[in-house]
Amino acid sequence: MSWESWVIETISRALAFGTPLLLATVGEIYAERSGVLNLGVEGMMLMGALTGFAISMGSGNPWLGILIAGLVGGAFSLVHAFASITLRANQVVSGLALTMLGTGLSGVIGRAYEGFPLWSKLGRIDVPVLSSIPVLGPALFENQSPMTYIAIGIAVLGWLVLFKTRMGISIRAVGEDPATADSLGIRVPLVRYLCVMVGGVLAGFAGAYWSVAYRTAWSGGMTAGLGWIVIALTIFAFWNPLYGLVGAFFFAAMRVLSFRLQAWLPPELLKAMPYLLAILVLIIVSRGTLQKRMGAPSALTLPYTRGED
Amino acid sequence: MRMPSWIQVERRSSISPWTIFAISISAIVLALLLAGLLFRLFGVSPIRAYGDIIRGALGSKLGITETIRRMIPLLVIGVGLTVAFRALFWNIGAEGQLLVGTVAATGVALFSGIPEILMIPAMFIAGFAAGALWGMGPAYLKVKLGINDVITTLLLNYVAIALVEWLVYGPWKGPTQRGFAYTDRFSAAASLPVIAGTRIHWPTLAIGVFAAILLFVLVKRTRVGFEIRVVGENPDAAKYSGISQTKITLLAMMISGGLAGVAGVGEVAGIHHMLLSPEQISLGYGYTAIIVAWLARRNPLAAILTSFLFGVIMRGGDVIKVSLGLPFELVDVFNGVILFMLIGSELFIRYRVRIGARREVA
Repeated sequence: MSWESWVIETISRALAFGTPLLLATVGEIYAERSGVLNLGVEGMMLMGALTGFAISMGSGNPWLGILIAGLVGGAFSLVHAFASITLRANQVVSGLALTMLGTGLSGVIGRAYEGFPLWSKLGRIDVPVLSSIPVLGPALFENQSPMTYIAIGIAVLGWLVLFKTRMGISIRAVGEDPATADSLGIRVPLVRYLCVMVGGVLAGFAGAYWSVAYRTAWSGGMTAGLGWIVIALTIFAFWNPLYGLVGAFFFAAMRVLSFRLQAWLPPELLKAMPYLLAILVLIIVSRGTLQKRMGAPSALTLPYTRGED
Repeated sequence: MRMPSWIQVERRSSISPWTIFAISISAIVLALLLAGLLFRLFGVSPIRAYGDIIRGALGSKLGITETIRRMIPLLVIGVGLTVAFRALFWNIGAEGQLLVGTVAATGVALFSGIPEILMIPAMFIAGFAAGALWGMGPAYLKVKLGINDVITTLLLNYVAIALVEWLVYGPWKGPTQRGFAYTDRFSAAASLPVIAGTRIHWPTLAIGVFAAILLFVLVKRTRVGFEIRVVGENPDAAKYSGISQTKITLLAMMISGGLAGVAGVGEVAGIHHMLLSPEQISLGYGYTAIIVAWLARRNPLAAILTSFLFGVIMRGGDVIKVSLGLPFELVDVFNGVILFMLIGSELFIRYRVRIGARREVA
């Protein structure tokens, strides 16, 4: 294989693999920026994957499947929002419970959908004009899922809202110092509910992409830990959607490159690579001097009650 | 949080163990009622389903012994998790620590050539060591580099799964197993004794009960236990009083990871007598044990009781799979709902909730 086609294939496949990671990471960034850690990403993605698959299969329209998957993801995340915001429950345990519930429910309900090929899958597109640019065209704009470009758009929009609008200032204030935000008239619980729901909707999209566009099949537990990699990427991105964009595709590229080790590593060990890479990524970030300036939101995992310390 | 005026919420200053017990039981009952709706979804009467579960798990000698068989790994892991959780280390990696324990035990059983009389102890020690190391890695990363423990312990579960799959499909695949992805069978010397006519490998059960008592004493009565509690409850105070967070966290994870490894030894040496694919070895014991430890309110002795309860639920999953044709994954749904009810119920443990008009405090 010439080096050109090698680079093109690597980038092209990294975009496809990184798309769900990016979507869900932007969502988790919103939840965490508002002060709510949601470890239920894996469960929400699975609920989204099943919904997307079932609706696409039933309606013949993959876009409808992805849309409803987002709604289901958002509704499902409300369980975590209610437990952690209203009931002030421990966010780590509540998130784990959401993952258990999502894995179990999607596994039980999804039994009926296992083993079917999806005819109404989301196809791939060539972007007109741009795809004819040499090298860059085939790498970035040829035979890609439209969801990839939507995910990039959502990440950029997510960054704009978070850092360039009043709404974004409110969200970050709620995550850094809820008492002060409250005294400024920001409705802390409302902001947190909405941000957790953004996380749920985007995780639902991510899951649906996995079952409707990437794998085009459903099986129980099919996301196999992607949701946990998203939690790691959120830290890797320093809670910034634009870094999330870089991080998700960088991670995906490393994953794609690890396939090149096929000649030396048995396939079972290759399966361990993304998880080891995610840990490696966390080690790299912790080593960085940047950490001192850009840490986690101060009120992350802390429930807020007016008038309490 | 804004509450309607007829609901009053105030912080409790103290709470009796009986109130905690009563609140926990109510949470479980509520969870069972909610999960009952799920049976409806499948067109099965919840009363019939719960009847089958109770009869199947507790109504016969076979039922009770199979419940205890499921309880054993939950107890051994759950007891260890109470210690990790006390040190505020979120060990979500017991599943992986269990699996590396099975790998270590299998390595000793099949390839070490250790004298028969030492075989079982050597397998337990190797399993403990493997689980402990697998757990202490994330502990080291947390105390030295500040890396989130939930994520690292969890990601390592998937690495452990890949490791076991590689071994049983590759280098350790048994020549005598006619192409199945199993290792060869363990010799009799590498198999745990069971209570006659059951699958209760009693040495592992004994280790679990013994560990529960020992760790209860450790946590409540010793200097180290005190330091574990301080690190968990008030890390700043720990720092100022010269307690080494590094030492305590590593110790807690040695215990927690090690016991999960021991649970793995019990499963391969007591039940399967070979290493096989991860999903056949563990039905998510490492995850369910998190609820066992949480419901026990991080009390090692109480884990004996709570692991039995979840033994009933897992056995219940086996029963309704056969009697009603329902998928075993219903157990995961149960677990998730129960966990939500439990953490929800903690509001009532930390706060007193009154319905009615506000009482004026003079």
